[in-house]
Amino acid sequence: MSRIQVSCTVNGDPVDFLCDADGSLLNTLRDELGLTGIKEGCGTGDCGACSILMDDQLHCACLIFAPEATGTTITTVEGLADGDHLTPLQECFLEGAALQCGICTPGFLVAATALLKHNPNPTETEIRYALAGNLCRCTGYDKIVRAVREAAAQMREASA
Amino acid sequence: MTIAEDPATTSPGYKWVGTRMIRPDGFEKVTGRARFGADIKLNGMLYGHVLRSPHAHAKIVSIDTSEAEKMAGVRAVITGADFPDPSGPAGDQDLQRNVIAREKALYEGHVIAAVAAQTRAQAKAAAEAIKVVYEVLPHVMTVDEAMAPGAPLLHPKLMTKGVDPAPTEPSNVASRAVYQGGDLDLGFAESDVVVEGTFTTKPVHQGYIEPHAAVADTTPNGRTTLWCSSQGHFTMRSLSAKVLGWEPSKLKVIPAEIGGGFGGKTTIYLEPLAVRLSQKAGRPVKLVMSRDEVFRATGPASGTKIVGKLGFKNDGTMVAGELWMAYEAGAFAGSPAGAGSMTALAPYTVPNFLIEGFDVVVNKPKVAAYRAPGAPMSSFAVESLIDEAAKKLGMDPIDIRLKNAVTEGCQATYGPKFPRIGFVETLEAIKNHPNYKIPLGPNQGRGVASGFWFNAGLNSSATVHVNEDGNVIVVTGSPDIGGSRASMALMAAEEFGIDAARIQPVVGDTESVGYNDQTGGSRTTLATGAAVIEACRKVIADLRGRAAKQWDVSLDKVEWVDGQAQHVEGTQPPLSLADLAKGWNRTGGPLTASAALNARGVGSAFSTQVVDLEVDPDTGHVTVLRYLTAQDAGRAIHPSYVEGQLQGGVVQGLGWALNEEYIFDRNGKMENPGFLDYRIPVASDLPMIDTIVVEVPNPGHPYGVRGVGEVGIVPPLAAVANAVDDAVSRRIHDLPLSPVRILDAIINKDS
Ligand code: FES
Ligand code: FES
Repeated sequence: MSRIQVSCTVNGDPVDFLCDADGSLLNTLRDELGLTGIKEGCGTGDCGACSILMDDQLHCACLIFAPEATGTTITTVEGLADGDHLTPLQECFLEGAALQCGICTPGFLVAATALLKHNPNPTETEIRYALAGNLCRCTGYDKIVRAVREAAAQMREASA
Repeated sequence: MTIAEDPATTSPGYKWVGTRMIRPDGFEKVTGRARFGADIKLNGMLYGHVLRSPHAHAKIVSIDTSEAEKMAGVRAVITGADFPDPSGPAGDQDLQRNVIAREKALYEGHVIAAVAAQTRAQAKAAAEAIKVVYEVLPHVMTVDEAMAPGAPLLHPKLMTKGVDPAPTEPSNVASRAVYQGGDLDLGFAESDVVVEGTFTTKPVHQGYIEPHAAVADTTPNGRTTLWCSSQGHFTMRSLSAKVLGWEPSKLKVIPAEIGGGFGGKTTIYLEPLAVRLSQKAGRPVKLVMSRDEVFRATGPASGTKIVGKLGFKNDGTMVAGELWMAYEAGAFAGSPAGAGSMTALAPYTVPNFLIEGFDVVVNKPKVAAYRAPGAPMSSFAVESLIDEAAKKLGMDPIDIRLKNAVTEGCQATYGPKFPRIGFVETLEAIKNHPNYKIPLGPNQGRGVASGFWFNAGLNSSATVHVNEDGNVIVVTGSPDIGGSRASMALMAAEEFGIDAARIQPVVGDTESVGYNDQTGGSRTTLATGAAVIEACRKVIADLRGRAAKQWDVSLDKVEWVDGQAQHVEGTQPPLSLADLAKGWNRTGGPLTASAALNARGVGSAFSTQVVDLEVDPDTGHVTVLRYLTAQDAGRAIHPSYVEGQLQGGVVQGLGWALNEEYIFDRNGKMENPGFLDYRIPVASDLPMIDTIVVEVPNPGHPYGVRGVGEVGIVPPLAAVANAVDDAVSRRIHDLPLSPVRILDAIINKDS
């Protein structure tokens, strides 16, 4: 099978890669670009561990064919922090112990980033529904919801 | 609201223990840098694919790999014939057969063969090209089917252990465990109220979000390195060696970060396959399971059938208890029927009892440990019956438990006497909490249940090094599954009297630190923590000796306070850790010490929980309104991660109670092997999980730690069933309490 060349922007860098027509974007980002912060929990769109932002929209990378990335701008968990400078969400996840094993954390951070972009002041219920596509088996979600609420408050304060 | 008191305020005298430091591995985990099992990539690495049985029970007549071997990119194909014939104790032989089938496939998903090729797609295509001829055999899927006379047998030589006289015919019952005391007939004769029922639970999966993954690199001289995500890399080494027919020392196992385990990553699946493929191909090989494979071939926890009967006096005293319990083992013996039997009545002082637990093989994946293995099911039966008794007696559900609760000095139904424990404290904490008094509306109900778990000790080692700058490295061999690096750092900081940020906790590979048993049994903070504390104390003793040398005084003149050596009379300027490290050339060389122990002084864990929920009478759907859990942690080293264990355990229990179950078709094929159809709780299903961390210190640990990981999953099953009964007056004995089941119970009220 001939491979397809794809050009896109990932975490601010222009990148080119070759992929199979039926290769998933998840495998391509992980294997070809080494972005292993994006996780595979299911491969079927049911766990959110592979959450990425594509042109500012939240997607499961496991449900996207790699060639569909052509011309898009992608952000993964690796692209959230500015060097050593963590985002308020990342800081609040650490402060609030919102991760135990941490396998779901990249997906939650990306999904919560998308939420707070669209809704800077979500209620607890809105947070719970916005993150309902992300599975965490360790925490029972309590500390995750709190961390997102706290980060939202800090971000509102910073922009006020 | 989380209302845990911060133990820093309740345990004066500790500076670090009981505080909430940011976990040392946190930055890596929020930036995507942390490397989990599937993230390992080596030069020249091949990808593997596993061929699995499509049948629940079938004789393997032949396997033809010739076509697959010729396909593009294929470098190795293996079958059971590539491993030594099963040998050794029965458990070892089962392990060898579970990793890769030999004569028979015993469940859908049982490994038949595996392929390594240059790409994933090539490996998959080649695996599908392997021709297997099966002779399909009749299968048994439940304990009732498996125990029926004339049932098809999984293992033609399996003789039931623990029955007298010993059986003369094989069966699907691997063993019977018995715990008894007093006089059962007398106990029931004395009872004013007797409650009884038959309870069933379905197999549920541990549901860790990270699928199993293994990467093996075998060099021609036979030295092999294995990267895998597990709850214990030393165990992966010894189990893999058993299947490969090797000495464990031939394998070096490097722990990847682990994306959840809950007991399900305490055994091997892919590891020996990856090693053998790598050996055959002469290249590194990576194997990663799909979610579908995780469901079909790993875990789960046993499905069970439990017949229970309890007798009480009018004042609520429990005087008799009888339990007959059958646990599905899956395809090979080894269900936690024994632990279920031991824990069932352990929280209570019941003078007359008989508990029988049967370990029954069925054509399902071999069960694996799942958080307090065996206890949630037996507790579901017992705590449901206690609730029923309380209603009959007109007693508050907490009061009836207080009436019978074990305390220090009581003899447990499984034998030993309890040392200091905090069960009563958990009951009182719930009773006195405002949640317990909130008025409920129509179709709303409140349910209470308690639970017990032993906790484990086992083997741990630790090595502590002081760096030349006075910072400290703590190496253990216990994978960090939920914040244990933080608890190790806090305990070491407390010992040394230095800032916890100056401690670097490391999870070492099998060649970098002494042997460690798995991160499981709620043991790591207790046992590995004890090894860390002991190693720190050895280094501190050494530091004092060196200060004494430097000052030319006797050792008793030197004390270690706040990170420095001080002269008891204050005649010398103190020497800090950094000063002593700088001078080690002159005082005896580098500063390092190890400790290794088999942990004693395990402290049992108790939990009491209350749930408020609402049942939609039109759909049978349950909404959890609020949840409160009180658990005795002994001492919370890092309170946030302790609360996290309490909350996570509760939510797994809620999934078990409300949604989760393996569903099989009539051919024994799993019908819901994905997160869409096997639905674990999501954020929008839940309220906040309120926690009360009770601290009744464990006298067996330097800081009073008990271990907190497991017991939290025990009470939710019955708590939810009790609350549903409270809401709609239906006592349901079968899990999960799915909308269909509840609706059926509501509609058929009178039947
Ligand atoms: S891996 Fe994409 S949603 Fe689970
Ligand atoms: S922290 Fe383990 S799955 Fe979320």
